[in-house]
Amino acid sequence: MRVSFVVNGREETADDVWEGESLLYVLRERLGLPGSKNACEQGECGSCTVYLDGAPVCACLVAAGQADGRQVRTVEGLAEGDRLDPLQEAFVECGAVQCGFCTPGLIVQAHDLLERVARPSDAEIREALAGNLCRCTGYEKILDAVRLAATRKADSR
Amino acid sequence: MDFLRPTTWAEALAAKADQPDAVPLQGGTDVMVEINFAVRRPVALLDLTRVAELATWSEQDGRYRVGAAVPYSTIIGELGGALPGLAQAARTVGSPQIRNRGSVGGNLGAASPAGDSHPPLLAADAVIEVESRDGGVRLIPAAEFYLGVKRNALRPDELIRAFHVPAASGPQYFSKVGTRNAMVIAVCSFAVALHPGDRRVGTGLGSAAPTPRRALEAEEFLAGALDWEAPLDPAVLRRFGELAARAASPIDDVRGTAGYRTHAISVMARRTLTWAWHDHLGRRAA
Repeated sequence: MRVSFVVNGREETADDVWEGESLLYVLRERLGLPGSKNACEQGECGSCTVYLDGAPVCACLVAAGQADGRQVRTVEGLAEGDRLDPLQEAFVECGAVQCGFCTPGLIVQAHDLLERVARPSDAEIREALAGNLCRCTGYEKILDAVRLAATRKADSR
Repeated sequence: MDFLRPTTWAEALAAKADQPDAVPLQGGTDVMVEINFAVRRPVALLDLTRVAELATWSEQDGRYRVGAAVPYSTIIGELGGALPGLAQAARTVGSPQIRNRGSVGGNLGAASPAGDSHPPLLAADAVIEVESRDGGVRLIPAAEFYLGVKRNALRPDELIRAFHVPAASGPQYFSKVGTRNAMVIAVCSFAVALHPGDRRVGTGLGSAAPTPRRALEAEEFLAGALDWEAPLDPAVLRRFGELAARAASPIDDVRGTAGYRTHAISVMARRTLTWAWHDHLGRRAA
């Protein structure tokens, strides 16, 4: 079947999509957007987190046909041209990236948190990121990065 | 595989009537896992996310009608005051990403004994609204909805449209045992709902029997033994825990042993009733 939706502001179409295929597969394998990572395929790890109509979801659990006509925003759509999002900058500066596999999902999920809560508490950050697993055990630096980005975003408002 | 995309409830019912093997798909948090792992290859997926009314809720005369597709995040954000037990359970579902997609309708459709919404629905006397094109509407009390492990009372041509539940008339609590705070399938769970007007306490057990179920003997005991004006009698509390555990018929599995589950049910029964009673007396004093 054919599936058309808007990804990072661009209209995209994929053909010959299998009906049981996930949005994640379409993004990575058909549209050349490998930022969203494929790990658990069961919603446990958060590595494939994308915005679907403004809400962060696990792209592995969205059937491609369900995304038809919808708006999708992936980690590739957070930077403005060459200017990284403050969260991406903060992840780099704080050393919140080890192997990097969980990073895109964490950044999209944390991005949503900072869109909703300007100065989140540590408990709010932990709760927001509870569904994103990092197996390099880098959580402390990830928390540092989210705090730094929150402060910068709030101060620039 | 067919991918059916009704945009109205009538179209959805027609699609299900014409193709009863079609698997309803909403948030995908159960169905897509099975497809990703090739556990399930349905002949058709019936995508219900375009039937907008399923994601809405309404209230009339203190009774709530909540569409089957209302996500857990909305239940937490908008219904925590009226349906506190269900909202507490919703907060324990998966992760924020899962709560943005998962819904009570999906929990009911999957009918897993471990589904988090079942115990509070049972404790609060929820009724499930199902419908088929040819059979019309049926209103099924939650206590009659769960028939076996992952089996519910739906007929092949029926879809779940909503659940109905009265606004809480007293304190409600939900408790769940798991290895961490997020991303946990319940080892077991328990819900209580005080119904002070009826001098009655509703209960619900999760992941402690082939189906979610009420602890009827424990409820009947409380209806006779509770003094609604006084602090909880420790002997009543203890007996309530024992009777709640007696309602369980758990199994040993990867998440826990039957013995542990039985013990945990008695502990959670005592805890949740203690919390609820504390609120109940506090409200009376206020």
